[in-house]
Amino acid sequence: MTLKEVQDILEAEVLVGRDQLQKPVKTAFAADLMSDVLAFAKPDSLLLTGLTNPQVVRTADILDITAIIMVRGKKPSEETIKLAEELKIPILSTRYILFETSGRLHAKGITGCIEKVGGEM
Amino acid sequence: MRESSKFEKSFDVEGGSFQKAGNVSGQIKSILKDLGVPTDIVRKVAIICYESEINIVSYAKKGTITLAVTDNAVNIETKDEGPGIPDIDLAMKEGYSTATAAVREMGFGAGMGLANMKKYSDHLIITSEVGVGTCVKMTVMNFPKLLHPDLTPFNI
Repeated sequence: MTLKEVQDILEAEVLVGRDQLQKPVKTAFAADLMSDVLAFAKPDSLLLTGLTNPQVVRTADILDITAIIMVRGKKPSEETIKLAEELKIPILSTRYILFETSGRLHAKGITGCIEKVGGEM
Repeated sequence: MRESSKFEKSFDVEGGSFQKAGNVSGQIKSILKDLGVPTDIVRKVAIICYESEINIVSYAKKGTITLAVTDNAVNIETKDEGPGIPDIDLAMKEGYSTATAAVREMGFGAGMGLANMKKYSDHLIITSEVGVGTCVKMTVMNFPKLLHPDLTPFNI
């Protein structure tokens, strides 16, 4: 699936990266704890989160995350947007809650970047 | 740090400033990419640098992160002027944290940092003195894949 399709499914607003909507995506990770994102997320995945500070973008950059989906209608600060533009990491904002966002994407074929913890990597 | 480094550089990290946290890790990631280090190694080093940076920002007054690249490995050494770690074994445990509310608000301080640094490095040594600071030395091995097509030393 492309980011454009993700945008449609989530009725999301594209805040950064309108030129990157053709990027393909297959997997996702969802968490509000960046510590856990760093521990478990895999490259080329979507990051679904309710956090909006610049560290979300930094974390996404470090992990080669394809795009950040901010849930629950969260809008990032200006500095978060600035950093995302600089690092070329798309940010989409959806009004769906994290559970609904995950469920809607999963139903359309996006899977977890890992299924469960323990022995992964 | 090690003999025969083909690249070595130290970076200063300012304590308490979440504004800039991640800058150094981003720079180190770019340098490694430019040096042609394989992507999976770059990612591991980027993660351990970022965790280190977050630790320095969260706990210390200031610190340094030193990158040294050899043909066989990427070495990262962090030194900080922080409170020190009284019980390193306890601090290494997943979920153990002494982070402040401010750190948690940023999405960190879940007690995963040191465990994560250990998980993504092939060697990790911590020395710490309470009231003085902490030093962490980490190595990520960079085995030539062509010579060892079946080896996956990174899957720890």
